Amino acid sequence: MTTFSIIGKPIAMVDAAGKTTGAGKYTDDLSLPGMLTGKILHSPHPHARIKRIDASRAEKLDGVVAVVVGSDAPNPYGILPVGHDEHALAVDKVRYVGDNVACVAAEDEATAERALELINVEYELLPAYFDPEESMKAERDLIHDNKPHNVEKDYHHVFGDPDKGLAEADHIEEARFIANEVTHAAMEPHSTLATFDIDSQTGKPGRLTVWSSTQVPYYLQHKLSLVLEMPMSQIRVIKPLVGGGFGGKSEVIPLEIISAVAARKAQRPVKITYTREEVFWAHRGRPRTIIDLKTGVKNDGRITAVKARVVQDGGGYCSYGVVTILYSGALLGALYDIPTIQYDGFRVLTNKPACGAMRGHGTVNVRFAFESQLDELAAKLNIDSAEIRRRNLLQAPCITVNGLRVQSYGLPECIDKVVDRSRWKERKGKLPRGRGLGVACSHYVSGAANSIIRSDMPHSTVNIKIDRDGGVVVYTGASEIGQGSDTMTAQIAAEVLGCSLGRVKVVAADTDLTPIDIGSYSSRVTFMAGNATLRAAEAVKKQIAAAASKKMNCDLVDLVFRDDAVRRSNGISTGHVGTDALARPAEGAPSFSRSLREGGDVDSSSPTVSGRVEGQILRGSLQQKRKEDDAPKTSMSFEEAVVAAIDFHGALTGTGSYAPPPEARGGKHKGGGVGPSPAYSYSAQVAEVSVDEDTGEVTVHKVWAAHDCGRALNPVAVEGQVIGSVWMGMGQALTEEMIWKDGLLMNPGLLEYRSPSSVESPEVEAIIVESIDPEGPFGAKECSEGALAATIPAIANAIYDAVGIRLHESPFTPERVLAALRAKKNAKPLNLTEGVDPTSPTTFREHGGALWFKGKGPERHEGSVGRAPSPASGEQ
Amino acid sequence: MKKQLFELRVNGRSHELAIEPNRLLLDALRLDLQLTGSKRGCDDSSCGACAVLVDGTPMLSCTMLAASCEGQEITTVEGVSEHGALAAIQKAYGDWGGAQCGFCTPGFMMTVKHLLATNPNPTDPEIRDALSSNLCRCTGYSQMYEAIKAAIQAEQKGMAART
Repeated sequence: MTTFSIIGKPIAMVDAAGKTTGAGKYTDDLSLPGMLTGKILHSPHPHARIKRIDASRAEKLDGVVAVVVGSDAPNPYGILPVGHDEHALAVDKVRYVGDNVACVAAEDEATAERALELINVEYELLPAYFDPEESMKAERDLIHDNKPHNVEKDYHHVFGDPDKGLAEADHIEEARFIANEVTHAAMEPHSTLATFDIDSQTGKPGRLTVWSSTQVPYYLQHKLSLVLEMPMSQIRVIKPLVGGGFGGKSEVIPLEIISAVAARKAQRPVKITYTREEVFWAHRGRPRTIIDLKTGVKNDGRITAVKARVVQDGGGYCSYGVVTILYSGALLGALYDIPTIQYDGFRVLTNKPACGAMRGHGTVNVRFAFESQLDELAAKLNIDSAEIRRRNLLQAPCITVNGLRVQSYGLPECIDKVVDRSRWKERKGKLPRGRGLGVACSHYVSGAANSIIRSDMPHSTVNIKIDRDGGVVVYTGASEIGQGSDTMTAQIAAEVLGCSLGRVKVVAADTDLTPIDIGSYSSRVTFMAGNATLRAAEAVKKQIAAAASKKMNCDLVDLVFRDDAVRRSNGISTGHVGTDALARPAEGAPSFSRSLREGGDVDSSSPTVSGRVEGQILRGSLQQKRKEDDAPKTSMSFEEAVVAAIDFHGALTGTGSYAPPPEARGGKHKGGGVGPSPAYSYSAQVAEVSVDEDTGEVTVHKVWAAHDCGRALNPVAVEGQVIGSVWMGMGQALTEEMIWKDGLLMNPGLLEYRSPSSVESPEVEAIIVESIDPEGPFGAKECSEGALAATIPAIANAIYDAVGIRLHESPFTPERVLAALRAKKNAKPLNLTEGVDPTSPTTFREHGGALWFKGKGPERHEGSVGRAPSPASGEQ
Repeated sequence: MKKQLFELRVNGRSHELAIEPNRLLLDALRLDLQLTGSKRGCDDSSCGACAVLVDGTPMLSCTMLAASCEGQEITTVEGVSEHGALAAIQKAYGDWGGAQCGFCTPGFMMTVKHLLATNPNPTDPEIRDALSSNLCRCTGYSQMYEAIKAAIQAEQKGMAART
């Protein structure tokens, strides 16, 4: 097939109208008769042992139906099999300000909130750890008893001989980079609604149904089963519309378990929706990362060795941490040709909300360091920044030194495109002072080749059912979270079957109805669920083709499915059919009648071409057509072909599934399972910025972003994903930062956690590069995450071009830019809080949240009582 | 707090509601009238997902008392579509990728509706300024500008056809 009818066309998302009219339902829009509101009591202490919880007064409050605490569901869980360190509600200890202690289910929100005030919790305060490097020195009062020195996990990888590589290098650059903590801040606060059905046989609560804002309904089903001690078959998870995830909903979030535990005790449906502040505590964002990076290059710019030591501030629980720290090392490979790599990664526990997966999982902060350092080396060697990247390209297809298989590789074209569009050659280094251009590259996986649960099960399975009405129903476990999963599914099914998009109905992410799919994370959906959809549609198409070929008396290979019709390709529907085509026996492809005889799985008593219509109502037009022509046809409408196929087979269904091929699953070293992917996306970006040298303010004027997505199945959606990634990267580069004081988040609101508004957002020119991956569905790869990582270093490098300063800590706030500008001039550093009360906040943006407001936060003023002694010398 | 009777006019229809005088407009819309199109994104008038028009002006219903809107005409996202079909701006947001996850979209619909009502031919900076009252976390806003321009064109074409 050379041209497509639906693939590659800019079409509106299939669920767009529901979103623009307000008709589409998100979890918090749902309600059930008798539904209660759940509210969670959070810990005001960063690290404390729970000595006693007295909820008796709360339970007696009128309107309170149930209060649940840790002992109501003590089984531990966690998203990773190696990290089962969380509980629905704290069992013995709290590990961050905001940790979950108890939950009230009440008739309304106001009553639930009043009840929270009546719960008495007695804590024994423990020393708390806020800085990862301090935390690593801990000998006692560990955050988790089984993690010595508060190190969740460390990995030490050596590929090739990096010491030899550094010895051979002509230039070596070494520096420490710090990327501060950021969070997803998806617009929809997490929400879960849980209810138990009464079992008709036993008369007792039986099956559990959960509606939740999740990217991973099947993982949620699994974790619910662990904590509630129920078989998975008794748990149904339904994902309604999800208002953005970015990784923040890619694991089981405490409220998802708590609502089910509360519903069980209350024997009523319970809905919990987080406040925005609770969303910040639930977090699971990108950890503060300290990167000590050393890169060696030859005089011609060729990289000889990379050594990286990475420390991640993981927060109080494992979450996806083990995977995050592995991605940081593994994806040093597969972008450039790096012959030797040494990687030392430490995932460290601290008394803050757990970090987890966030868009560009694990790769973003290390990419900021690497691309910045490469730019410094280019400047030292007097090589153009774009050129040094060209000199280190992979020779794809290849397997990298750390075992990653690269097939399609559009990076060279991406670099050429952004250099060309930004007029890099004419303008780089020639803009007026204060304005500059910077370039950087990045890449990302199209799904992890190894599932987090080690097994050989397919990562995606899709079922398709077509009935006599000609409607195509696709059942997929893939989770639409706004990225266009459902639209992609419908497009692929329609393209393969040659039917119009309007025929395709996508039933998605309902564990009772849809076959298993491991979820929307690691940019896996288009590649994996897309391939499964493709295979399911092919399976159905084969059955339709068999019937149609018989009806049209031609070979299977001669059939063309397109525009809601099945045609003979050589007859080209001129009305009359060449006699040789008619007479030619079907030899090449197995004829349908033969496969019928051999297969024997179809009811042989009655299937005839004319169709079994007993008890079935056929559309008038079809019956009319039947009468008209008994002679072999040259084309059939889609509905006619479907009816013919159902007549033959008795039903028309197909299944397809996808598992990554063994050769894409990576090396055998410890931790080698993270990083391998069946395909990698590639991105190159140029950013144009200006820097105000008086205020330190950085303005991004434009970003040119070329992204190799394999094939753009829907260009509008691809551009939207690329622009969104670049934009989110810009937020991390300039304004977004979680600010902590004694373990308390200082900016837990959408105005204080500053994601850019429309006036701060530059034009992003998204340039699609199509490398047509050999294994992707129609050649497609990922497009939703890979572009993010390049934006931060592209902006950092542009700042260097504009004013000659190298920023090694993100975000590049006015304070940091001004400090670097003054340091460059050997001027005295500015102390922005000079003369202010020394116990007052150290930055202007400190704000505090509800706990702070209520006076429950850690007291910081001198003479306060009950303050947790902190071994950490100071906050970050 | 004791409930009282209030009369709210929403999307051209009057509703008599027995609600507490401190009931927020957003809760009255979502919980009492089941108009769940308006969203709660932040609780503190930071994000604009809850925006509704009160007498034609976009207001943040999450920090506004329902009781204070008596006698005023409230328009929610459910009142934007025309005769059961998508309004031009709704169609354009779908076609041009202005909505991804869609959670902020109802708020943007109200903001854009107000923008185009007061300024039918906005310049690019005017569009940016107008949209800065709402936050979106998916799109980076770029495709919204395309959508708004397309909607203006469609409206003008429609107007020309009607006259």
